[in-house]
Amino acid sequence: MSDKKEASAGGRPGAGLLPGLKEQVEQKAYLSRETMQAVADQAGLPLNSVYGVASFYAYLPVAAVGKNIIRVCGCLPCDLKDAQGVIGSIRKELGIEPGQTTPDGKFTLEIAGCIGACDQAPAMLINDKLYGSLTADSIAGILKSY
Amino acid sequence: MAEKRIVLSNCGKIDPRNIESYLTAGGFSAYQKARKMKPKAIVEEVKKSGLTGRGGAGFSCGLKWEMAMNARGREKYLICNADEGEVGAFKDKYIISHDPFGLIEGMLIAGLATGARTAFIYLRGEYHALDVLLKSAIEQAHSKGYLKDMDIRVFEGAGAYVCGEESALMNSIEGQRGESRYKPPYPPQRGLWDTPTIINNVETLMNIPRIINNGSAWFSAMGTKRSKGTKVFSVSGDVARPGVYEMEMGSSLQELIVALAGAKDVKSVQIGGATGNIIPGHMIDTPLSHETFLGSGAVMVFNSTRDIIDIVHNDIRFLNEESCGKCTPCREGTEVMLEIFGRLLAGDGRERDMVTLEELARTMAAASLCGLGQAAAVPVLDSLKYFYNEYIDRIDQSQFLRSYLGGELVKTTEGVR
Repeated sequence: MSDKKEASAGGRPGAGLLPGLKEQVEQKAYLSRETMQAVADQAGLPLNSVYGVASFYAYLPVAAVGKNIIRVCGCLPCDLKDAQGVIGSIRKELGIEPGQTTPDGKFTLEIAGCIGACDQAPAMLINDKLYGSLTADSIAGILKSY
Repeated sequence: MAEKRIVLSNCGKIDPRNIESYLTAGGFSAYQKARKMKPKAIVEEVKKSGLTGRGGAGFSCGLKWEMAMNARGREKYLICNADEGEVGAFKDKYIISHDPFGLIEGMLIAGLATGARTAFIYLRGEYHALDVLLKSAIEQAHSKGYLKDMDIRVFEGAGAYVCGEESALMNSIEGQRGESRYKPPYPPQRGLWDTPTIINNVETLMNIPRIINNGSAWFSAMGTKRSKGTKVFSVSGDVARPGVYEMEMGSSLQELIVALAGAKDVKSVQIGGATGNIIPGHMIDTPLSHETFLGSGAVMVFNSTRDIIDIVHNDIRFLNEESCGKCTPCREGTEVMLEIFGRLLAGDGRERDMVTLEELARTMAAASLCGLGQAAAVPVLDSLKYFYNEYIDRIDQSQFLRSYLGGELVKTTEGVR
């Protein structure tokens, strides 16, 4: 099954939009105005529709982000297991606050909604990779591997 | 009563990357059986089994299928809802990563029963790591010739909790913002691209091959009056062994969190995620079923060091962030709730806050468009009911702080109000 076929979803209107935007994010890290304009032109949609869709979804960034996106789960099960300590450790390590990107453009830090790893709390995703059972001390080593 | 692994029977026993091991374990036998049955007979069997939706709403699966079967439409769609976004839920991830073929078989049977020939698995973006496994499983089923009657595609979400709500999910596939739709029409009448659509949770579909193989009588012998079969739970929080457990419907909360998950000190439990019921530890004997508490089966345990106001604040912060913003009660209601909980935690609560919270919660429950706003009221109302004293404590502290600070705080917050 090719990705093209998947995206077209039987030729139904709109079905290719989200997969198409995700593909752009995979290639370019985020959706610039130019990228969204190109997607809009191809889909025969106005730019504002594409922006409206993209900006709705947390995993379709519409502003520049770092090469690696760190998403620390901030929901209850992780919060109970000291997700705040983990976030604090990342802030200290990278010198940025949630929502910010490091000056070298390497990392963006975000607090995410539940990432479904509550049995390994506290957990975070770096890009697509899951890190569970974190401690404040384990952060530096993980970040160094990027 | 120990675990009863029906849905999870293959998990850990088969190789999720190899269809042969699933076939050796008797895989696709239910599909072969169903192929010899009339669609009506399959629907009848599922209806008689009493199987209900496992995503949280608990609607009869058989009735849903019957509506879809009877719906006129040139094309019908089946959607497997794998957008498990509920806080504290990870059972569908566990199921897919251990038994993707079982899910495919359930979907194929759903297709035979309802006439849907195109299916989507809506996989949440956070589970991108499962994408490869799932696509490989589909590919293998295809090469074995099982996908002659149905085309199954994986559609990945992009990080939006509300897309687990079925109408928002359909909007998302259609390339729109994941906002909820007005109902009716319900999806089996008019769903994806206005055609009849069946939307079932991963766990619901996993039950289907078992019901076809063993019969509805076998299935309905398990559970309670309105909740048949088993339920897969995700247990997290203050327990020794967080994880996925399957138990017969109607099993007690105590068995789940103490005997299985190893909880020692239970102040409170939230059942069903961020929008779930919050019950005090002394109600631990409660059976888990649609009649009592269940939801999606996410169970979070809180010990005596936990602050209930803090917990509800976290719930509301999440729901406020994830509200799609289409309807006013949810969009504005979660905003005001968040402000109130923020003040309670910051030591600036007022006695009137509790009245406001209750009024807001009741309004949101009654007037919100979808389950997110409707159920956002649940943890708030439950905490007011069972942990009223913690609110009082916060307000007393706030009064003390205000008098201690000599009105400084009063001035700054009065301006806000």
